[in-house]
Amino acid sequence: MLEKALVGDKRYYGWMAFLLVVIGVGFLFYLKQLGYGLGVTGLSRDVTWGFYIAQFTFLVGVAASAVMVVLPYYLHNFKAFGKLTILGEFVAVSSVIMCMLFIFVDMGQPFRILNTILHPTPNSLMFFDMLVLGGYLFLNALISRVTLDAERKEIAPPKWIKPIIIISIPWAISIHTVTAFLYSGLAARSFWMTAVLAPRFLASAFASGPALLILICFLIRKFTRFDAGREPIRKLSIIVTYAMCVNVFLILMELFTAFYSNIPEHMHHFEYLFVGLEGHTTLVPWMWASSILAIVSLIFLLVPKFRNNEKILIIACITVFVSIWIDKGLGMVVTGFVPSPFGAVTEYWPTWTEFFISMGVYALGAFLVTVFYKITLSVREEHAPDMDVKPEVASAESN
Amino acid sequence: MYDTGKIIIGIIIFLVLFTSPFWYGPATGSSGDMPDPIIHTKDMPGKDACVMPGEYMRASHMDLLNTWRNDVVRDGHRIYTDPDGKKYYRSLSNTCMDCHPNKSTFCDRCHDYMGVGQPDCWDCHVEPKEDI
Amino acid sequence: MGVDRRKFLTIAGLTTLTALGKKASSVLPGNEDSSAVFDPMQPVSTEGKRYALVIDIRKCLKGEGCHDCIDACHLTHNVPDFGNPKDEIKWIWKEHYEEAFPKQEHPFTDKGLKEAPVLVLCNHCDNPPCVRVCPTQSTWKRDDGVVMMDMHRCIGCRYCVAACPYGSRSFNWRDPRPFIKDVNAEYPTRTRGVVEKCNLCAERLAVGKIPACVEACKHGALFFGDLEDPESEVRELLGSRYAIRRKPDLGTSPQVYYLV
Repeated sequence: MLEKALVGDKRYYGWMAFLLVVIGVGFLFYLKQLGYGLGVTGLSRDVTWGFYIAQFTFLVGVAASAVMVVLPYYLHNFKAFGKLTILGEFVAVSSVIMCMLFIFVDMGQPFRILNTILHPTPNSLMFFDMLVLGGYLFLNALISRVTLDAERKEIAPPKWIKPIIIISIPWAISIHTVTAFLYSGLAARSFWMTAVLAPRFLASAFASGPALLILICFLIRKFTRFDAGREPIRKLSIIVTYAMCVNVFLILMELFTAFYSNIPEHMHHFEYLFVGLEGHTTLVPWMWASSILAIVSLIFLLVPKFRNNEKILIIACITVFVSIWIDKGLGMVVTGFVPSPFGAVTEYWPTWTEFFISMGVYALGAFLVTVFYKITLSVREEHAPDMDVKPEVASAESN
Repeated sequence: MYDTGKIIIGIIIFLVLFTSPFWYGPATGSSGDMPDPIIHTKDMPGKDACVMPGEYMRASHMDLLNTWRNDVVRDGHRIYTDPDGKKYYRSLSNTCMDCHPNKSTFCDRCHDYMGVGQPDCWDCHVEPKEDI
Repeated sequence: MGVDRRKFLTIAGLTTLTALGKKASSVLPGNEDSSAVFDPMQPVSTEGKRYALVIDIRKCLKGEGCHDCIDACHLTHNVPDFGNPKDEIKWIWKEHYEEAFPKQEHPFTDKGLKEAPVLVLCNHCDNPPCVRVCPTQSTWKRDDGVVMMDMHRCIGCRYCVAACPYGSRSFNWRDPRPFIKDVNAEYPTRTRGVVEKCNLCAERLAVGKIPACVEACKHGALFFGDLEDPESEVRELLGSRYAIRRKPDLGTSPQVYYLV
């Protein structure tokens, strides 16, 4: 089926060429990082995890979100999601690969990573994270391969894939829970040491992931003849709405606990994020932007008239995604290190090297998603030409 | 088979490239004989042997070093007793390089020839100053 | 006769003693005489020991501007000096009392104490969070209490740095070699991409020496000993003076005690 990814129109080749250039640039910058050391990043003795790990955290959420289409379809027979499950699974596969790449580029001695397998350490959450991410990648790769193959052969998928799909549902929850445990078990970092971190991760994942999927569906509709249909999009948007509500609610819970208890240690982190600490305010405008975007998105999502309007829904999904990306991809990791164990405030901002390496990884993920979707949609065009066709295309073709 | 000619040519090119490590050296005469490491006995008065016999060291010095590494760092066993009962400290810089400080003619000679290059021991372990 | 019997015996005796003494001293490690044959060396046993460090803050204060312990440590262990706080690596250093003990001061704390420089280093905790999180067991707790680092195995993930509540660990953001003023050839350096911290001079403990910082202190502010030995100096100090530890509420059980 891979040969289907090698043919396409000019737009397709242009897009793939652009992605390959970004990947190449990222790779060159990575070589620079390998030669010099991680000092090419904005990281320091006080802030030892930054952009790379934050992207990893965010993308684990996106990967887990495939469960939001898989669960209703396979556990509750919600037929409308039938055509979306494979799209969600391919996003999951690409996201997990990006996660692993972000971890790889963050390692000080990346060529020793097999030590984590040679010397298994069950008490370390990082070991478990590696296991569950690897397992999730394998599960989703297998599931999407088998179901796509069945579509190509125009038969139902084999029966043995069903239990594997069922397993992938709690597994999806586990990958993000384990990633949250990486942070929430550390007594040293009071910003992360909260029981609500894992639920917050999951809620934000289930808001940002389906939002991304909705945006992808609209993109597919624009560039190909396939239309996911009104009902799946509507149901997905309801999932995004509920998840975003829970996410914002949990953030407010954190703010209450920190400020009502008046414990300086707990308050300092939120002060740093929203008003600045000791004059350091780098993240303040970003966090306010994230909060305002979150509120705007809730207004658009909670009002049915807005949510069901496609143009407004697109804006709502973009604001959800960006708001959560700022929260997880910029705010969450760095703030754990501010203030330092000695109360010092050391700020962090990614350098250009970090930026280009990260863009290279994102471009690789986009490349993979494009390849997978090209194959899927080509298979569907060949073997299920009436599936998901845009109404105007269907009527034009039948004439 | 379609494109038989192209495929056969492709297979031949692949085989040639794949087996190049075996024929390149003899063909160009660039490999020559493997050099022997130079052991400066003047640096080892009173010592007539290495911690292990020479043939063993030639074949397995890296295994010995790996074992010593774990013995010292992870188990805290710093004292090594050789087969003759003599005791040494397990230390690359302080024991091995004490008798063989001429790294370039002892270590690098073979390592460069074999293409094993600079093993990354020397990223951290301090090389002795040479005065050949 | 030029030399009488008494003189002869004295000279003979002294000569013999000198020869024996030279032979004996050559057994000690670090001796330049490479012709010495290693005598049967007794490994220093750490069976049943529990090492700890006691720091007398007030005595340390007496040495205003003194940093002998820091110099001794960083010199012995090839700790680089990058000259900027971003890449900084430090195994032992000074912080103000109010920053080292953030929950144990109040608005009316004696000013002399509040801004007093206090030595901070790895606490070699009994319950180390860094050990718990390391995915490759590159850091582990020995039976004698020392929290060790294996630089060979470290993958540089910096999880331990995130987990340490005391900020004791440093990461090599770049190649440290050019930034080490005087390389101590008997101890390795590190390379870029690994984490390092105070190792309680494990290589010195192994040959019966005390940590370099304790040895270097000329104000008698640093004490090192075995907590399992009720007669040890550290036990006597802890039994007779008021001692505090850093962040005791976190359950790490640090083994560096501070006499206030």
